[in-house]
Formats: sequence, C-alpha cells, structure tokens
Amino acid sequence: MDKITTIVGKEWSEVFKNKLVLFSVLFLPLILAVIPLVMLFVFRQAGADAALSAELNDPEIAALAGEMCVGLSAGDCTLVYTLNLFVLMFMILPVAIPVTIAAYSIVGEKTTRSLEPLLATPITTVELLTAKIVAAIVPAILATWLAFAIFLVGARLLAPPAVFSAFFAIHWLLAVLVVAPLLTLLAACVAVIVSSRVSDPRVAEQLSSVVILPLILLVVGQAVGLILIDRQIMVLLAVVVLVLDVGLVYLAVRLFQRETILTRWK
Amino acid sequence: MIQTENLTKSFGDHLAVDRLTLDIGEGEVFGFLGPNGAGKTTTIRMLTSLIAPTAGRARVAGYEVGRDDDQIRRHVGILTETPGMYDRLSARRNLSIFARLYEVERVDAQVEKYLKLLGLWERRDDAVGEFSKGMRQKLAIARALLHEPRVLFLDEPTAALDPEASRLVHDFVTELKGQGRTIFLCTHNLDEADRLCDRVAVFKTHLRVVDTPGKLRRQVYGRQVVFHLCGAAEAFLPVVSGLPFVSAIEADAGKLILTLDDPESHNPDLVRALVAAGADIQFVGELRYSLEDVYLQLMKDGVDA
Repeated sequence: MDKITTIVGKEWSEVFKNKLVLFSVLFLPLILAVIPLVMLFVFRQAGADAALSAELNDPEIAALAGEMCVGLSAGDCTLVYTLNLFVLMFMILPVAIPVTIAAYSIVGEKTTRSLEPLLATPITTVELLTAKIVAAIVPAILATWLAFAIFLVGARLLAPPAVFSAFFAIHWLLAVLVVAPLLTLLAACVAVIVSSRVSDPRVAEQLSSVVILPLILLVVGQAVGLILIDRQIMVLLAVVVLVLDVGLVYLAVRLFQRETILTRWK
Repeated sequence: MIQTENLTKSFGDHLAVDRLTLDIGEGEVFGFLGPNGAGKTTTIRMLTSLIAPTAGRARVAGYEVGRDDDQIRRHVGILTETPGMYDRLSARRNLSIFARLYEVERVDAQVEKYLKLLGLWERRDDAVGEFSKGMRQKLAIARALLHEPRVLFLDEPTAALDPEASRLVHDFVTELKGQGRTIFLCTHNLDEADRLCDRVAVFKTHLRVVDTPGKLRRQVYGRQVVFHLCGAAEAFLPVVSGLPFVSAIEADAGKLILTLDDPESHNPDLVRALVAAGADIQFVGELRYSLEDVYLQLMKDGVDA
C-alpha cells in the first residue's frame, strides 16, 4: 500500500506541474459548471424580452423534451431540457480528465527514461498500475463532483423551483456519483493500455479520447429526442461500464509486459 | 555472488546473449566490456530480473533469476545506462520516492546520507531538471545505493562525467568494494576497468575471455621487456636470439623488445649478455600495454573463452 501511495504522490507532484494537465483538471470542470448557469441566468433575463421569450417558448423543444416537461410551460421546459443536456457533460468530464493524466504519467515515464529504475524496484505490476490508475481517476472524480456540486447549487438558486424539481432526478445522482467514477476508471484503463503502446503523450491522449465517443452519442441521442435517459438506462449503463471496467483492468495488467516495454520503448 | 550458466536471451530471431557462463565472487569488481550492441545491457537486465532469460540459469545474491525476482530486486542496485529522473521533482524527493519503493526503514536519514556522500546535499531541494549531466549521474548512483544492495550493477557510470566527477565515482566504487559489495561494471572506459576491476570479461553476444586485466595482457602480449640502447638495436639481435628464455625478439631503432616468461629471473642474464657484447643500455623496463590495446586485439582476433 505504501508503494501505491508513494507512486500516487509522485504522480500528482509531477503531473500537476504540467500546465496542460492542470488546465484540464481545474478549468475544464469549472467551465462546464459555469456555462449552464450563465445560460440559465441569461434565459431567465430573456423572459422579460418578448422576442427571446418567444424563442424560448419553442414548442419543438417541448416536443423533444417529452416526459421531462409534463405540467411545465414551454419556456420552463426549455430550461429543463438545457439542464438535462448539460448534466450529461458531467459524464464526459470524468472521461476526459484521466485520459490526460494517465497519458502523461505513463508516456512521461517513457520519455524521461525513468521506467527502468522504477521497474527495478520491488514494485509489482499490479501495484504500479493501481497507482497510475488511482493517480489519474481520483482528481477526475473529485473535480467532477465539485463541478457538479457547483452546477447543482447554481441551478437550485437560478432556476425556478418547478424547473429544478422537474430536472433534478435520482438518475442524475446515480450518473454523477456512480456511473461517472466507473467511466473514469474505464477511461484510465484505456489510457494505460494505449500509453503502454505509443511513445508520444499527445498520441496516447488522442487515441484514448475515443472513449468519449459513445458518451457523445448518448448526449446527441438525448438532445434529438431519440432516447430519454431515465433511472433504468442509468442502471443499465452502470452495469455495462462496470463489466467493461473489470475486463479492462484485467487487460491493462495483462498487456503491461515489463520486458516488452523495456526493450521496445524508444 | 553472481553465477550464470548458459544464460541466453533472444529477441525473436536476434540472439542478444549466447550461453553466458560466469561466476563472480563476493566483494569482486567485475568489468563487463564489449562494443555497443554486444548484449551487455540485456545481460544486466536479466541479472536484475527486469527481463527473463530465454534459456540458461542465473543466481544473484543467492536468489534464482525467474523464481526469486522480487528478492533479487530487493538485493541489487542498478544504475541504468540512461539514468531517468523525475525532472520536475527535487533531488531529495526523487530519492525518497525510491527509498520508499525499496522499503528503506529510515528514509530521510538514508536520503541525507547519500546526498551528502555524493556532494548533492546543497542542491537537495532543486528540481533535478536543472541539474548537469554529472549531477544527475551522481544522483542516479545514490538512487541505486539507497537500499544498501549487496550487488550493484553499474551501466556506464562515468559516461557523462567530467574527470573530477569520474574520480569521485571511482573512489566511491573502491569504497563500495571495501565494504564487501559485489560490483558488476559495464563500461567503455577501459582505463576505468583496468583501474577498478579485479577481473574483466570481454563480451560480444557470447563471452570472449574472462580474467584479470594483468593475465589478459600476458595472454595477448606475453611479458615484454624493452631495452633502450645507444645506437642501432639490430646489432645485438644475434646476442639475444641464442638465449633459451627469450621467446620473441623485435628490434626497432634503438629499442630491443624481448618477450620473456619470467623477466624478474632473466633480466640480469640479459643485461649481462648485452653489456658483454658492448651494448650501452640507457633504460630497461617492462612494456605495459593498456587494457584498451588488449581489448582491441581480442576483438580483432575474435578469441573465444
């Protein structure tokens, strides 16, 4: 355990001195938390403006929102629809952050040639990978939860009570508290696997970012009314991601071959 | 302390190390010499349990490679060819990370000891990225010693160092030898190997020769004595050619170079014979070939152990 915490501490000390990583961990979540709140504020102000108010009361959006908006005006429905779209971003966020951290932490060992002395210590592959993955996922989960808390408090303060009640559902808590960490683990494992096979952090990051695509499809599906994310879908998603996580953790350990990495990394 | 028996490593079709058999004793400084790509680093990686042998066996510090890898990692220290460091972290932090990974009991004290010993204490809180190559190398040596290993593998320890820092490392290696540690030294610096090593091996995929530097010299060149004479040395060839203990003769201007089995016994007879023949002897001495000469000759001859 001490070895894992040592490596985690080392990763954080090193990785957070990288401005790009720092930006993705600190600013990205803040931006994602603040943008919907600004939009909420603007929409509420726009209520007084007749022209904008007409746009907000778009019946097409009300139609897309479907069950989300039962008993709400078209204007309030637009706000619920917007909040629902943005809350999905809190599932993309925990995927984006660990990819950046893991890509830099593993490929960084290659570029600085520090992996060989590290592997020469009595650290096991499982300990090393656990440390790398924990170092990548913990900041991502904390940043996501913090950003979501800001978003939630802001939404509670800025949105009309009826809108907040219609928006705030248990499946969003499930999404952020359960599915998001599972997605974070999935992204970190993919990044570890990809990073073990490429030698440029940017390539590792870009390849690992493919994990985001299915989530974007989910956002688009919800946006165009193809699916309406509810508790059942979220539970199903959690189970699927959990199964994928187990498989990917196993694969990451299996594919992290010390010998291959030492003899083929250039 | 290190025993290998037909240790072999292949990467696909490429044979990197071929049936290497060695026996290195406790407290010995063993030089492992060979050209680039000879398989020296691969050998070190096998002996430090970083990679697995394809065939053969090896024991390091009493532990079997492939079976007791964790124990081997605990009991050996390694200075890698390129001593990668965490550049954004301080020297002290770099060492304390490794001390914890090696489960050193008194981390701070041990880190302080080696930072001081290698002259890096004043720069302990500076980021390693700001260090010169020599300072990085010294830090890497400290890292290899933190857990007080019984066996130390040094891959080109003075490659990037200036003469002063090299001297420091040489003195340090001598001190480590004095503490009874076994040192496996890969180096291209043959003068360094000559000075530090009890025995050296010349290796290129397979073992060419292994012996003490002195015996290798004798094996390749024999023992040669040079006589500096006034006038042409050729005139005295008939005098020495008849002597039974002279196995080879070479005359070069004023120098007469003779190969003898036992110069200490035969030099007085030689001096007497030459003086009696009218030679004016200016100087007599044993010709000393450098290990570099020996190494180059061995590589050229392709001698096998």
